[in-house]
Amino acid sequence: MTIQWSVKRWIAGVAVALFGGAVQAAWDFTMREPATKLARDILDLHNLMMTIIVVVFVVVFGLLSYSMYAHRKSRGHQAASFHESTGVEVAWTVVPFVVLVGMMIPATKTVLAMRDSSQPDITVKATGSQWKWGYDYLKGQGEGIHYLSVLATPREQIDGGAPKGEHYLLEVDRPLVVPVGRKIRVLTTATDVIHSWAIPELAIKQDAIPGFVRDTSFRAEREGVFRGQCTELCGKDHGFMPVVVEVVSAEKYDKWVEDQQKLIAAAAGEAGKTWALDELKARGAKVYTANCVPCHQATGRGIPGAFPALDGSKVVLGPTAGQIGTVLNGRPGTAMAAFGKQLDDTDIAAVITYTRNTWSNKTGEAVQPAEIKAARAK
Amino acid sequence: MEAAHAHESGTGHEHAHHRAGIMRWVTTTNHKDIGTMYLWFSFVMFMVGGVMALIVRAELFQPGLQYVQPEFFNQMITLHGLIMVFGAIMPAFVGFANWMIPLMIGAPDMAFARMNNWSFWLLPVAAILLIASMFVTGGAAGTGWTLYAPLSIQMGIGMDLTIFAVHILGMSSIMGSINIATTILNLRAPGMTLMKMPMFCWTWLITAFLLIATMPVLAGAVTMTLTDRHFGTSFFNAAGGGDPVLFQHIFWFFGHPEVYIIALPAFGVVSQVIPAYARKPLFGYASMVYATASIAIISFFVWAHHMYVVGMPVAGQIYFMYATVLIAVPTAVKVFNWVATMWRGALTFETPMLFCVGFLFLFTVGGFTGLILAMTAVDVQVQDTYYVVAHFHYVMVAGALFSAFGAVYFWIPKWTGHLYDERLGKLHFWLSFISFNVTFFPQHFLGLAGMPRRIPDYALQFADWNAVSSAGAFVFGFSQLLFLYVVLKTIRGGEKAEARPWDGAQGLEWTVPSPAPYHTFQEAPTLR
Repeated sequence: MTIQWSVKRWIAGVAVALFGGAVQAAWDFTMREPATKLARDILDLHNLMMTIIVVVFVVVFGLLSYSMYAHRKSRGHQAASFHESTGVEVAWTVVPFVVLVGMMIPATKTVLAMRDSSQPDITVKATGSQWKWGYDYLKGQGEGIHYLSVLATPREQIDGGAPKGEHYLLEVDRPLVVPVGRKIRVLTTATDVIHSWAIPELAIKQDAIPGFVRDTSFRAEREGVFRGQCTELCGKDHGFMPVVVEVVSAEKYDKWVEDQQKLIAAAAGEAGKTWALDELKARGAKVYTANCVPCHQATGRGIPGAFPALDGSKVVLGPTAGQIGTVLNGRPGTAMAAFGKQLDDTDIAAVITYTRNTWSNKTGEAVQPAEIKAARAK
Repeated sequence: MEAAHAHESGTGHEHAHHRAGIMRWVTTTNHKDIGTMYLWFSFVMFMVGGVMALIVRAELFQPGLQYVQPEFFNQMITLHGLIMVFGAIMPAFVGFANWMIPLMIGAPDMAFARMNNWSFWLLPVAAILLIASMFVTGGAAGTGWTLYAPLSIQMGIGMDLTIFAVHILGMSSIMGSINIATTILNLRAPGMTLMKMPMFCWTWLITAFLLIATMPVLAGAVTMTLTDRHFGTSFFNAAGGGDPVLFQHIFWFFGHPEVYIIALPAFGVVSQVIPAYARKPLFGYASMVYATASIAIISFFVWAHHMYVVGMPVAGQIYFMYATVLIAVPTAVKVFNWVATMWRGALTFETPMLFCVGFLFLFTVGGFTGLILAMTAVDVQVQDTYYVVAHFHYVMVAGALFSAFGAVYFWIPKWTGHLYDERLGKLHFWLSFISFNVTFFPQHFLGLAGMPRRIPDYALQFADWNAVSSAGAFVFGFSQLLFLYVVLKTIRGGEKAEARPWDGAQGLEWTVPSPAPYHTFQEAPTLR
């Protein structure tokens, strides 16, 4: 981009920020509209604390400001010489202590309420991976449903090639769907680095730590789509792994669970059949876009020095067993994840077939789901 | 604390014996030379780290990716943090300590003059490693300055360079603080008891012990990262029986005292400057000492408030909330003492005083947001958001950096023998004060609205405050060139400064001529 154009955009940006923005956009000052009792309690606690803080600030700095006005040398004020007063010093040690103890009472109550994740209606596991979330419905209605949830914002919007949509960077292909008014327990874990599963409206933020399972819970009071983001720096695309929860009515949830179970049955059938090369490639292209593009890039060329190219790669062009092993098990110590835990046999077969038959790679080989299943069994 | 002027005059030692040219600086063991080098090093790092911050703010001016790619963005935030903390703020205060502590306590030099030279010259080596890490395969560490595992395990060779840089910075800090503690404990002029020392010496004495206690902890954490990366250990790898959260515990056991390592010397500066322009002794000297020590001690017991959402037991969350909130008591005592020092003084507002009053207002804002962050339940909403970014910049920039600016303006007549340009100094203050708030105050709103930190691109609802913040950041950044200009102008010339250019300033440092001769207090002054 030319420098001149950047400068123009900056000027336009400042102008919009200062004048235009006030009309068309939200200048949020505080937390988002709570959707759970806990979120409301936290907002109330925050507001109470802020009130106390503002009062203390105004009193202390009101006195200081008065002093800065009245006790100036230029107004002829002579310096007093006092420099200690045990009574005053004890008082202003004890008073803040008492105020703080008072503040701790509601603060403690809220913490205790926050950590009660007992007796859930539905238990879901959220697994963070670079850079997507996987959801497994472990218990309760919908048990057995599992899928990945990845950023749905098109690349062109990020790069400035297309106008940004309303939910830019806060939209996913498949949100977590839960029924309203039911207690949802969320177990968090991760496969590679630490992520954090966070939704402001639900007052949830729970780190997802590889090798450990943590838990949190919420009971949404209203229907709606609630959008958060990963909040623990997890590498390159940390800013591009949103958390979206869709809270729906009980009836809608029943319908959703039914649909998902049909999809699972269909997928089981797919895995058994033998696929044609083109079918696999077409499916593989979608899997590649959702899972591989952040590192290996749409061009298959990777990012030199950071992420290896697949176009012309020895692994991709070598024996299928080697590539299947890499995709299933990942490469420890690198960003290459073990996709065997994230994707089903058909998707892995499809994406391997895609990489072996795209760009300058022309092996002409179709890797079948059955081969993946066999490799997993080893 | 008035000293007799028996020293210096007529002893024939005022004349400086040192080598000429660059070798003077390489071989010097003089505390003033070394102090000067620390301060210039710090300023260069401040500029380097500042450019990185501006790259970050330029990218964040608008939603979308405009100037840099995410991986480079992550490297910028990491290096910005490491360079500002270890390269700019800490060396600045070690520089003040080197220059001023011997003058304040009537010592001829630091206790370990040669080690002093070594402590300084390690710093450029570490800085070169950090900056070089940008140019190796895979680039610099992109983990944030906290270097959390297992993300740090994934990084390229830049991470190893960062680890070695941290080792070297730690060695430098440990040697520097041993030197400062030894100097203060052993080289005080006869009659200067500990409870008569200037407050700056007290805060540094306590800081030195914090450094000696915590830098080895950080060195341990990064060494474990190094062996996890290359030698097959699994300290932080759950698959090998380790725990990624262990890294966070160790890091923050260092990291929280580190906050006070930065803040306490800043408190010391403020405690020197405010009485000078209030023309009134520091209120509650003894309680200031006790408050400083209390803050330092409690700072060892609060580390996990940085980790409320890692999934610690509820008892842990509540304990760390109480312990953290407890720090507010001694901190409040300090603020009240400063206010009481100004109360009924004869106030003037030269640039050092402006920066210290600015410190008082804005550091308190940072302290109050710290209180909000300490509330575990509220922290769940703002942890790892821009609220935290705003909070620690109020503490680090409006706290430590403003106090460092105040210190430079306050002491530069002693260093150079010239008065700085008061009009330009005040302009520097007002530009910094306003643009600082324009930059960082809106970040509280962004954090409350849920914008995560360390992201190169953001949702549209965050666009407005980010644009304001970036605009402020650029004004703040370029305002610092004015500071450079004022300093250079003062070095080159200006109104001649007397030994005691500030009529309210007290202490031995103001009894030696301005500029301070190369050797001072070769015979210990006597305190009246």
